[in-house]
Order: sequence, then structure tokens, then C-alpha cells
Amino acid sequence: MQADAIFFWLFSGALIVSALIVILARNPVHSVLFLILAFVNAAGLFLLMGAEFLGMILIVVYVGAVAVLFLFVVMMLDVDFAEMKQGFVRYLPIGGLIALVVAAELVYAIGYEWMRSPAAAAAASPSGTLSNTAALGRVLYTQYFYFFQAAGMILLTAMVGAIVLTLRHKKGVRRQRVADQVARNPASAIELRKVPSRAGL
Amino acid sequence: MVIGLAHYLTLAAILFTIGVAGIILNHKNIIVILMSVELILLAVNINLVAFSTHAGDLTGQVFALLVLTVAAAESAIGLAILVAYYRNRGSIAVEDINALKG
Repeated sequence: MQADAIFFWLFSGALIVSALIVILARNPVHSVLFLILAFVNAAGLFLLMGAEFLGMILIVVYVGAVAVLFLFVVMMLDVDFAEMKQGFVRYLPIGGLIALVVAAELVYAIGYEWMRSPAAAAAASPSGTLSNTAALGRVLYTQYFYFFQAAGMILLTAMVGAIVLTLRHKKGVRRQRVADQVARNPASAIELRKVPSRAGL
Repeated sequence: MVIGLAHYLTLAAILFTIGVAGIILNHKNIIVILMSVELILLAVNINLVAFSTHAGDLTGQVFALLVLTVAAAESAIGLAILVAYYRNRGSIAVEDINALKG
């Protein structure tokens, strides 16, 4: 129980500090790297809570894919990021005020006495003999199967959309056109010329 | 000291607040705005998982999985739009994006 508390404070402290650096860093590359650190710490917290599958998915999906995507885009775009930092101080009071209001509301909501819905008992309990991953799979592929398929459709749509948005056909690039290659015949591919002797073409 | 539900909820609230503040403070830099949205979604996921393990109900974790999916799709599409916009305009200044005259 003591180790639980130590790791909770470790992970949550690192999570909050790295989240602050994400929004305050001057260099966006640093922001992305600290975003990765924040996700790793969140994965540790998920492990601490007993949601092993989500913790691992967080590392695989976020650190492995999303954060690297951010890193690619930040490094690909040649933008003056220092110029974008202007107005930071001017918006600091209003930003801090809104953040404080949101934080106050959220902390006020936490003080509420939580009740458990009777409908929640219908789902499988993770405290059984099954591991977290097996229990999650058991409900995901039965009770929530349509949601699972909808998630797949969302990812497919995102993939198609990202490809359509960023694909461009450059002029002057020779591409392989299989139809043209197949449609060739001797009449179109071979040209016969009468070459006079000692003249060349 | 026992770490309970309230600790995780407070952590998620702080993280959510940092995300909201990041959107307001970095209102010119759309990449950091997208990262702040990721932080907000992470806070929501922490909330969902904390409630799920506290209540012994896996629905929260299934929902967190779906939120993760939507967040990944959202950042992929957002960054693709950003790259397409940069190719057309040569900048990613958010305040100049008014072609729709909304």
C-alpha cells in the first residue's frame, strides 16, 4: 500500500510538471517530447489503477504513433515558432482566470458523494479471476461489439482523410501505369524505319 | 496514506485545467493547441479509468478505449489539415484562417 502511494505521487507529479512544460515550452519539439513523457507517466498511473491493457495501449498508440506524428509535423514545417509566442503574456491573466474557474468547478464536483448506478453491475467485474485484458476483451467483443466496429470505421475514415488531404501528384514524375504497359502491342511499341546506308538516323 | 478515487479525480482536474490554459495561452500556435487537446483527452481518460476501477465496472475502460481511438483519429486529421494548409499558404498562423468567413 505504501509503494502504491509513492508511485502515485511520483507519476502524478511528473505528469503535471511535464504537462506544464508542454504548454509553456518555447520550442515545440520540447513540447512534443514532454507530451511523450506525460503519456508514459499516465500509462504508469493506469497500471497503478489496474487497467494494464489501457496503459499498454497508451504507450503503443500515443508514444508510438501520435507523438511521433506530432514530432514529424513539427520538424517538417519550417515555421518561426518564436513569433507565435507573442501575446502569451497578454493572454496570461485571462487564461489563468479561466483555468482557475474550471479548476474550482472540477474540484467542487469531486467533493460530491459518489453513488454507484445499479445498471453498472451488469458489466463484467475486473476483480474476478480474469486478467484485465481478458475481461476487457470479453465485454468489448460481445456487449460493445458495435462500438468496437464503429471505432474501426472512425480509424478507417481518419486514415482515408489524412491520405486524401496530404497526397499530391507532382508534375513531371514518371509513374508506372500498368494499364498502358499491358495495352502495348508490337504495332505501337516497335517502329520500323528504312535506314539508308552510311547515313544513320 | 491510501490513494483513493479523489486523488485520481483531482489529478485529472489539474491536467484538464492545464490543457484548457494551454489552449488559451498558445492561441497562435495550432500545434500546441492540438497537444493541449490531447492533454484534455488524457485527463478524461484518467477520470474514466479511475471511476471504472473504483466501481468495478469495465464500461469506463471500454469508453476510454473509444476516446483513445477518436483522439488518435482527431490528431491525425488535424495534422493532415495543418500540412495541407502549410503547403497552400506557407504559414500556419491560426488568426489568418478565415477563408470561410465564418
